[in-house]
Amino acid sequence: MIEILQEYWLEYLGVGADGKLSGAAMTLWLLVLTFGIGLLASIPLAVMRTSSNKWLSKPVQVYTFVFRGTPLYVQLLIVYTGFFSLSVVRETPLLADFFRNGFNCVVVAFSVCVCAYLTEVLAGAIRSIPSGEIEAARAFGFSRYKLYTKVILPSALRRALPYYNNEVVLMLHSTSLAFTATVPELLKVARDVNSATYASFSAFGIAGIFYAVIAAVLVGGFRLLEKRSLVFLRPYSAH
Amino acid sequence: MLYGYGSIVLQGTLMTMALALLSIVCSTVLGIVGALFRTSSNKVLRYVAWAYTGLIRSVPDLVIMLLVFYNLQILLNAICELLGIPLIEIDAFTAGVVTVAFIYGAYMTETFRGALEAVPRGQIEAALSVGMRPVQIFRKVTFPQLMRYALPGFSNNIQVIIKATALVSIIGLVDIITVTQQAGQATQHAFFFNIMAAAIYLALTSGVMFFLSRLEKRFNLGVKEALL
Repeated sequence: MIEILQEYWLEYLGVGADGKLSGAAMTLWLLVLTFGIGLLASIPLAVMRTSSNKWLSKPVQVYTFVFRGTPLYVQLLIVYTGFFSLSVVRETPLLADFFRNGFNCVVVAFSVCVCAYLTEVLAGAIRSIPSGEIEAARAFGFSRYKLYTKVILPSALRRALPYYNNEVVLMLHSTSLAFTATVPELLKVARDVNSATYASFSAFGIAGIFYAVIAAVLVGGFRLLEKRSLVFLRPYSAH
Repeated sequence: MLYGYGSIVLQGTLMTMALALLSIVCSTVLGIVGALFRTSSNKVLRYVAWAYTGLIRSVPDLVIMLLVFYNLQILLNAICELLGIPLIEIDAFTAGVVTVAFIYGAYMTETFRGALEAVPRGQIEAALSVGMRPVQIFRKVTFPQLMRYALPGFSNNIQVIIKATALVSIIGLVDIITVTQQAGQATQHAFFFNIMAAAIYLALTSGVMFFLSRLEKRFNLGVKEALL
């Protein structure tokens, strides 16, 4: 294992000579990009999901049900192999170019999927806000927009942090699927090393260690963030 | 129907269902044993179970799958040689069941551990005081309540396992994914067949979730629910 690590550690890290993203760097970039897009899109969707208007909440409920009930791999295949078989996509140059690129397909599929999970997490956090806080804001004459931007969302986004911690690790694990769409991330490097050396235990084992280290760093970072942002939820101590 | 691929798609679906069912059973058994290890008074057993769940849950399932798939045969060959018995060859299905059960056994262990710890200590002490043996206590006192506490996490794990079986096609099992991909390429209707695969998975997961929510009601009989 040590010899393989010594020979290929640059490839695993993804800081090769050609300056193109690969390996762990690619995995992290995928994670940041898809989680960021999913998080931004999940905010309006979660507000719709918790709305008392059925016409707003039902469509979002169907969306999260479908995307949380099917495997991400199938969703990726729909985007990567399915869309391109549609003549509409093939005959529109812009769409054809977009979906021909494996990286674009991965980003689309992953963002839509992680957004479904994050929407449910945030909707749960919005529901867990004590009704008194919202009533108090109404009593002060907050407009609906101000109520959401000043009271509900800041509180909900903080309350959701422990669950985001979970989701980000699951998303990190999911990025290993990207190699099926020819994206050169960590697992793709491990497979290349495996076919070059036939040392499959070391090749995949090293990839596993990389993933575990990244996960540990992420969990640690989120713990710190939780400590800072969730002070208001801590029970009062007697001394 | 289905451009002549109906029966093949059905075969793929059955393969996925068989894989999911076997993996669920094996991982549940593994999870219960693991949870007993994790809460055991024996330090060694506790550490083994702790290392197992910690390691498995921090590495992506696909990585473990490839790791096990490529090394299980080598390990098996070595064992067979050591024991002097003819070589056993494993196929993609066996490898799939072993890896999925091994991975999700860790998640099940954590679910069941939480449930085990939720059973009040006093009841176990009471059972001890009337002279029940440990096996009896587990069967008559702990286990029935364990199911009630574990079911919400358990059904979530089951949904995740069904979705994870999709990955086994990557190590060469002919399941829904492989079949629909082949059909899509042959008929030029990849989008249609991909959507079909997704629909089959959605039907499987939502069917199982519906069944489990009924089961949850059944195990919660006799427990008062607060009206909100």
